[in-house]
Amino acid sequence: MPGAYWCMVEDDRQGLPKKVMAEVLGEASRLGAGASVEAVWVTDRATPEGLKQLGEWGAKRVWLLENAAFAPYRAEVWTPAVAELAAKESPQAIFAPVTTRQREFMARLAARLGAGLSADSTAFTAEGGKLVATRPVYAGKLLSKMTWAKTPWMATLRPNVFRPADAQAGATAAVEKPAVTISGESMKLVERRQDAATGLPELAEAEIVVSGGRGLKGPENFVILEELAKVIGAAVGASRAAVDAGWRPHRFQIGQTGRTISPKLYLGFGISGAIQHLAGMRTSKVICAINKDPEAPIFKIADYGIVGDLFEVAPLLTQEFKHLLEK
Amino acid sequence: MKILVMIKQVPDTATQVKIGADGRVIDTAGITWIVSPYDEFALEEALRIKEKRGQGEVVAVSLGPERGKEALRSCLAMGADRAVHLKDPVWDAADTLATARALAAVIKQEAPALALFGRQAIDDDMGAVAAQVAELLGWPCASWIMEEAVDADAKHIRVGRQMEGGLEIFDLPLPAVASAQKGLNEPRYPTLKGIMGAKKKEIKEVKAVDVGIAPEPPALSVVKLESLPPRPPGRIIQGEAAEAVKELVRALREDAKAI
Repeated sequence: MPGAYWCMVEDDRQGLPKKVMAEVLGEASRLGAGASVEAVWVTDRATPEGLKQLGEWGAKRVWLLENAAFAPYRAEVWTPAVAELAAKESPQAIFAPVTTRQREFMARLAARLGAGLSADSTAFTAEGGKLVATRPVYAGKLLSKMTWAKTPWMATLRPNVFRPADAQAGATAAVEKPAVTISGESMKLVERRQDAATGLPELAEAEIVVSGGRGLKGPENFVILEELAKVIGAAVGASRAAVDAGWRPHRFQIGQTGRTISPKLYLGFGISGAIQHLAGMRTSKVICAINKDPEAPIFKIADYGIVGDLFEVAPLLTQEFKHLLEK
Repeated sequence: MKILVMIKQVPDTATQVKIGADGRVIDTAGITWIVSPYDEFALEEALRIKEKRGQGEVVAVSLGPERGKEALRSCLAMGADRAVHLKDPVWDAADTLATARALAAVIKQEAPALALFGRQAIDDDMGAVAAQVAELLGWPCASWIMEEAVDADAKHIRVGRQMEGGLEIFDLPLPAVASAQKGLNEPRYPTLKGIMGAKKKEIKEVKAVDVGIAPEPPALSVVKLESLPPRPPGRIIQGEAAEAVKELVRALREDAKAI
């Protein structure tokens, strides 16, 4: 519907929206008070539970674009389909969570629609009928406030930053299945190489992240952090120094040339806090640093710090959290 | 096989940035400029493709002010054969889409088999231009690639793109767009010979009119830049490790309610 706030659905590839959608739908509902908040779900398989979930998170309508051609994800197939619907429906805004594919897809869609895109946004304000987005720039050293010349206002939202919608039990979304053109694809999937399962949450989504740097002294010592992570349900990340030394694969790197994270709690062990690392975790809500060097820059942005030997502190923390969480 | 590599000149990560007088751009005085690191991965990969094939041409392309020539010069020193510098005041406030339109126009003129980008530039971290250029050209695009192989007759490229949970291997027909993720390669340092040779290589200046682009207002623009709000002062927990840990866990639970 014209004036609607659209939220592109990121799902688990199994027919359920990811929980980050509660944040995107929650923010769209706050900003678009009075407007229709609508989910747009491009998938090869949606489930009734997934559609129900979107309704409970505040979607008034779900545009369900369900077709086998939409998996594996290819922007060249998704873009024409969503653009066709956008041309008919004229949404006011199109939001999506920051994930690898949504970042690419939203950029391609913005080019198709001739619209502006604020990537990795961390706040929005409505100012005199205009939307203003805030996004970190220059390694998170400054904030840039951006605005759009015209609608649709397109933005991707950094996970864990926006307050999730409170689920309204029983609220349902009207499900629409619009006919859209399915474009032929030129990209062919050859194979998928799954990463070895860590049994821990995905880094970008985790509410708690435990991260290790050069102070760990070697790849074998990450096990100390993994034990802590298992106890508190955290993901394990690494600094660039640890990744460049070959101690962890690159996908675990936090920082400017790695992942940007914004967990509720970040615990850094043996990480000095170079600017390039801070760029990737500065928006964490609570930052906790353990480092034996009292001058380490990370202490300047840490909410809590222990100056000490991580090989002593980390196992003690694991024990202490174990006691606490067993209670 | 001709490869275009799009690069952006950005402030060095460690450099201090200050908000400029107009409040919307940074004060560029005293800034150390570098080629955005992801773009170096893209350039390195282009050079490796050329070396492996024993022939071809690598062209570095950048949009930006006069100082951008230094960045192009360092690409030439790394081994690019020539460079194209998109320099025109109409692009001063270019957003990602205006940048993509300009780059797409040059790519159309140059007609390479492959257009390589970095995953994102580390100044504004938008990470949108590669996909937008692909859309404007109607080419397939693989973002965040960790590996690639061009087939013998240069008709296809096989890439591994990084996704949450794993690597997806795709075949793309050429011409195509791809963006480089860290881990694709380890960029070389320019040799002395490369640096000397770079001085003789061409940097062609291109204005908007040369690529048939009419100025238009940006779709997204900066209202203002702001400094970070100060973080509340942190607390160093003193004492013996065992005591400090107890207190930290208590504080995280009861004061910060973080766990």
